[in-house]
Amino acid sequence: MTDKEWPLYEVFIRSRAGLSHRHAGSVHAPDDQMALDHARDTYTRRTEGVSIWVVRSDRIVASDPAENAAFFEPAKDKIYRHPTFYEIPDGVENL
Amino acid sequence: MYTQGLDQAGKDQEAGAETPEHLEAFQKRIDAEEKIEAKDWMPEAYRRTLVRQISQHAHSEIIGMQPEGNWLTRAPSLKRKVILLAKVQDEAGHGLYLYSAAETLGVSRGQMVADLLSGKAKYSSIFNYPTLTWADIGAIGWLVDGAAIMNQIPLCRCSYGPYARAMVRVCKEESFHQRQGFDIMVSLCRGTAEQKAMAQDALNRWWWPSLMMFGPNDANSKHSAQSMAWKIKRFSNDELRQKFVDATVPQADFLGITMPDDALVFDKDSGHYSFGEIDWQEFMDVVAGNGPCNRQRLEKRNKAHNDGAWVREAAQAYAEKQAACAAA
Repeated sequence: MTDKEWPLYEVFIRSRAGLSHRHAGSVHAPDDQMALDHARDTYTRRTEGVSIWVVRSDRIVASDPAENAAFFEPAKDKIYRHPTFYEIPDGVENL
Repeated sequence: MYTQGLDQAGKDQEAGAETPEHLEAFQKRIDAEEKIEAKDWMPEAYRRTLVRQISQHAHSEIIGMQPEGNWLTRAPSLKRKVILLAKVQDEAGHGLYLYSAAETLGVSRGQMVADLLSGKAKYSSIFNYPTLTWADIGAIGWLVDGAAIMNQIPLCRCSYGPYARAMVRVCKEESFHQRQGFDIMVSLCRGTAEQKAMAQDALNRWWWPSLMMFGPNDANSKHSAQSMAWKIKRFSNDELRQKFVDATVPQADFLGITMPDDALVFDKDSGHYSFGEIDWQEFMDVVAGNGPCNRQRLEKRNKAHNDGAWVREAAQAYAEKQAACAAA
């Protein structure tokens, strides 16, 4: 195959107003506009979206799963950040 | 889906050994029903199995457009034509979802397409049978998509996240495919004697190949046990085939047509239909490339790819020109 491989774009779709965009999949496209068009044709053939974001995959900065333990560790011992940490005395309401 | 980053991870991983501790930890995650995501550590054999399965699945969707595309210009009404167009477009979409899932495992789209075009890659045996009459379009939707749904619903719970998510999307759409096929069969079976005979003829030709879609018997299925342990597969080939037969025979009864199998009988004790022996020689021949339409399917795929080259080149040239203008 002599074709040059087009860049990969990740596709994010907002299914309706009020919800956030959610990752749907990816498409290859030669440029941004065609990435949007391809994303529409591939992922919203049944009105699954009211808004689409596409972003080149190589522009995404991602955390490394192999480093998960160290990376997310700082939050693990801070259970006082959750409301369930606190004991509510009997008889106290609306808290 | 993060393909470039994944390439790198793959190389690092090859340098590191697959220690028994690694493998055991991986199996523990699987056993705990945790999903494996693209950049997670995984055994090379798990990655290879998924690349093979997902890319074959994608190729099947792409080649699967041909038997039905054959009737697009001759659909019996405008309504049937727009429905069939939508279905064929869905098949292309399914192929694209699946290629995109396979790419997360570090294989490039270009490589997968090249393997399909060269004949190196396999796709489902069913698409190597011809669509001789309009009734075949009904039979494909009803039987082939029905069998595909049986196979694909458990894949929505596959241990590999990107594949499972793609299958959720696919399954939602397959349901429309199966119903539109059955709808065609209902119309034919309620029509003239000649139309009903067409429906019976299509069933006669598609029934056995549909049963073959589930693959070899469990005893002869070389990848099954490991795929089950990895929770890529949830049910064995024979279990799924039995489910399909049990679900489909009553539908044929409703239509008033009969499966081409003298041995087919309902077994009250087991609550299942027992059925005749599949012609495994035919299955092996089709898989080996000698089915009725194997060569034609590949030729047509190659022609479509080559005929579309100028479109890809034009899009590329336009993108480069726009980028150059923007930079200037």
